[in-house]
Amino acid sequence: MKRIPPTARRGATVGLALASIALLTACGTTAANNDAGGEAADELGEFEGQVSLLAWPGYVEDGTNDPEVDWVTPFEEETGCEVTSKSYGTSDEAFNLMKTGDYDVVAASGDASLRLVAAGDVAPINTDLIPNYEGIYDFLKMQSWNSVDGEAYGVPHGYGANLLMYNTELFPEAPTSWDVVFDKASENTGKVTAYDSPIYIADAAVYLMAHQPELGIENPYALDEEQFQAAVDLLKEQRASIGEYWSDYLKEIQAFETGDTVVGTSWQVIQNVLEGSGAPTAVTLPEEGTTGWSDTWMIASKAKNPNCAYAWLDYIASPEANAAATEYFGEAPSNEAACEFRSEGSCEAFHAGDEDYASQIWYWSTPIAECLDGRTDVECVDYSGWTEAWSEIKG
Amino acid sequence: MTHATVPRPRDSAARKGSVFLSTHPRARLALLLSAPLFWLGLVYIVALVLLLVTAFWTVDSFTGKISQTWTLDNILTVVTGSLYQTVTLRTLGVALLVTLIDVALALPIAFFMAKVATPRMQRILVIAVLTPLWASYLVKAYAWRSVLSQDGILEWLVAPIGGHTPGYGLPATIITLAYLWLPYVILPIYAGLERVPDSLLEASGDLGGKTWSTLRLVVFPLALPAIIAGTIFSFSLSLGDYITVNIVGGANQMLGNLVYTNVGAANNLPLASAIALIPIVIIFGYLFLVRRTGALDNL
Repeated sequence: MKRIPPTARRGATVGLALASIALLTACGTTAANNDAGGEAADELGEFEGQVSLLAWPGYVEDGTNDPEVDWVTPFEEETGCEVTSKSYGTSDEAFNLMKTGDYDVVAASGDASLRLVAAGDVAPINTDLIPNYEGIYDFLKMQSWNSVDGEAYGVPHGYGANLLMYNTELFPEAPTSWDVVFDKASENTGKVTAYDSPIYIADAAVYLMAHQPELGIENPYALDEEQFQAAVDLLKEQRASIGEYWSDYLKEIQAFETGDTVVGTSWQVIQNVLEGSGAPTAVTLPEEGTTGWSDTWMIASKAKNPNCAYAWLDYIASPEANAAATEYFGEAPSNEAACEFRSEGSCEAFHAGDEDYASQIWYWSTPIAECLDGRTDVECVDYSGWTEAWSEIKG
Repeated sequence: MTHATVPRPRDSAARKGSVFLSTHPRARLALLLSAPLFWLGLVYIVALVLLLVTAFWTVDSFTGKISQTWTLDNILTVVTGSLYQTVTLRTLGVALLVTLIDVALALPIAFFMAKVATPRMQRILVIAVLTPLWASYLVKAYAWRSVLSQDGILEWLVAPIGGHTPGYGLPATIITLAYLWLPYVILPIYAGLERVPDSLLEASGDLGGKTWSTLRLVVFPLALPAIIAGTIFSFSLSLGDYITVNIVGGANQMLGNLVYTNVGAANNLPLASAIALIPIVIIFGYLFLVRRTGALDNL
């Protein structure tokens, strides 16, 4: 900048200052945003020719990962809606990606769905426009994570449990308790893993429900200050034994393959991949019970392709597509007839349709200040408190 | 040559423009500078100002929307929170160690390249130093992940002599970062040493200076600005890194991870901006300290 005459330099500075001020004022005036999630559609129109999906890995497979696994192409051929999709690793990521407005449809777990509704990012759906909604298990419809005020906000997709994965060389017998990652974690210090998300605090709460009943935890997503502190303390203790946290499931697969991780929380789909590569791992559901997910296909309130979005929701709820997608991911299907299209024994393995089993899983929900277990005398720690604590636990 | 033989140029718009510009130096300068200044202003300064401003806002935890009420809460949290102090210290420690290791490795390599190697060898070495930069950052970080793994090549190499791989953690992060930034430290030091005239080294020898005293009293002071220039690279790059520590750092967090989780997972942009100000302040402090050494002319 040495050769610029002083006047020009001053001019530039003034210009910059003006531009900054203009931008700042512009930001200051956009505060009022439309909160409403909009109305459910009354009828469907022409297909738009494309639809963009946001989902967990393994939910939207078009044959690029495995030529044998493809339930997107039949949909594209049937409707002419070209599918583009993106996969995400944690519910928080999905929640933020939906804010971009680039996606018509999202497959959300319970810890994201209510937030999406509250933020007005997803719209209520008209289930009359989705013929396959009929075939969904009744115990999955109109639940706290997929409906608000009696209005359905999506179509249930499937549900499953977070499982305990262990190295079979180190644990010849399946551990029966989560204590191998909590009270006895130090036996494998540096080789324990945990899911890298604030929602994992609920896993500690499930463990405390069984081992410290005096805390009186009724619901792992409704923790008052004292219960929350106990869970956080347990996780801080666990932190000393953690080798690494995972949210990228490929990283977890690699760590179990090399033996850098020997025990920790996992998904059935991860075990399926590891089994394929011959790694000495297995999964089990410990006696304390566990957390899990029940996912919902939702439509963005500002969807650019609402008709194709409805078509996708109907298609993915059909017995064939629902069977293919949930079997590949390793979870129970939501459609009653889906088990006829899944390989033998796979539905039993996930206890599909078993209402009692399903009720033992604590499905991910967003913790809010108003306790989810119905207590009114205390205030529960909300999700921002969980996020903050999670950073502190990791240290 | 008469007047008539020179054809009068056509009076095109382009010509009019160039006549105007040649007689108006101010306008010429404005046109030349507007694009780069626009870039610098919009991408750099406005982005930084917006970052600073966002740090004073808050976010509604349930709907995830930013509420633009002014508050000092985020700054206070970041300055007083023990989590942020621990992580800041850890990040600083990692950045300093990476810088020390890189300088220790780069000095002999750069000296050999600049003063000992033949011109042909010099060119080959420069290419060799630059080659790792052709590979993607992620590929290199993941390569270290498998090298440092429990059944990786490092364990295999050192196990016979009773050693063990450090596994994933801070040592692994420091090793990987030191590897990643080494070329950025070698190149400025090499360039700086090349500018030290050989005659000075000979003069020092003629006056009875031994190798070590020549290095210490002649080469080092002359190369110091270049060394500091190199440290600015490795220090600032380490300070902002979050991918390497994610891949090989085990369960550890650095400042970048806190920013990343607050943007990506917690959706708390204001807190993320407040945290992002920490490395900015540290880097400005460092640049302020070294500005008199002439290091900034060596970048």
